[in-house]
Amino acid sequence: MKLVRMKPGHGDVLLAEGDPAVSEDEERLIAEFRRQLELGMWAAVPTFEGTRREATMVRDFDEVPKDAERVVFFPPAAGG
Amino acid sequence: MSLFLAASIIVLAVLAIVGFAPSVAERVRRLIPRRETRERIPAYDPGRERRAEARARALLRSVVSADEYAMYLELGFIAVNGKEGDGGYGYLLYPHRPIVAFDVPTGELLNEYCVGFPDRSEPSTSQRLPDADDVLAKWMSLRAGERELISAANMHVPGRQLDPEQVARDLIRLREWRARRVQAAA
Repeated sequence: MKLVRMKPGHGDVLLAEGDPAVSEDEERLIAEFRRQLELGMWAAVPTFEGTRREATMVRDFDEVPKDAERVVFFPPAAGG
Repeated sequence: MSLFLAASIIVLAVLAIVGFAPSVAERVRRLIPRRETRERIPAYDPGRERRAEARARALLRSVVSADEYAMYLELGFIAVNGKEGDGGYGYLLYPHRPIVAFDVPTGELLNEYCVGFPDRSEPSTSQRLPDADDVLAKWMSLRAGERELISAANMHVPGRQLDPEQVARDLIRLREWRARRVQAAA
């Protein structure tokens, strides 16, 4: 699983990568996940519904599907 | 005698502190390297935004469908269907422009939703995501929680920021583009 974040002037940046089934990796992924949420980021997991591309917003690492390849962090929406 | 000497030394010491302390303190201050108080502004790099957009496009490509990615490259926006109600409406997702809701059967423009994703988490020279990232953020937010995104946006009647005639032309371009894709696939 990769945790990536959209950043101004950079595109996406890899924050952490690991296998959630391995406890050391899981701890690292959870720590980074929480850090991003504390920074106010939104987290979305790209998913498939059949052949359709979808996305799910997650607010806790437990909500991330076990087979998710990526969690994408991005700044929260603000009225313009 | 010794009392007089001690008193003299103390008086001299106090006078020395009063007289020389400011200049000594200033010299010490000069010797200690100053901490950078101003935020570092990165050097101008004309290729930076271009590289950022290339990375953002790669991420967009890996998340949305092939049709949607081609739509972004060729038309400059992504059209998605709404999920609420009977779903007879859709949205046009432009980079760094309002989301436009439209009626799918008639092409009538319904609303503009002004929303952005400014990155205020770190002091930076820019809070603006690359174009493809902005479109992807809108796409993911809409697919995952249409109502939440729309409630975060400021809603206006069509024409507030985007020229309705331009949007109407974009809807025609979209229809023609889709027809060409169907023809090419047949």
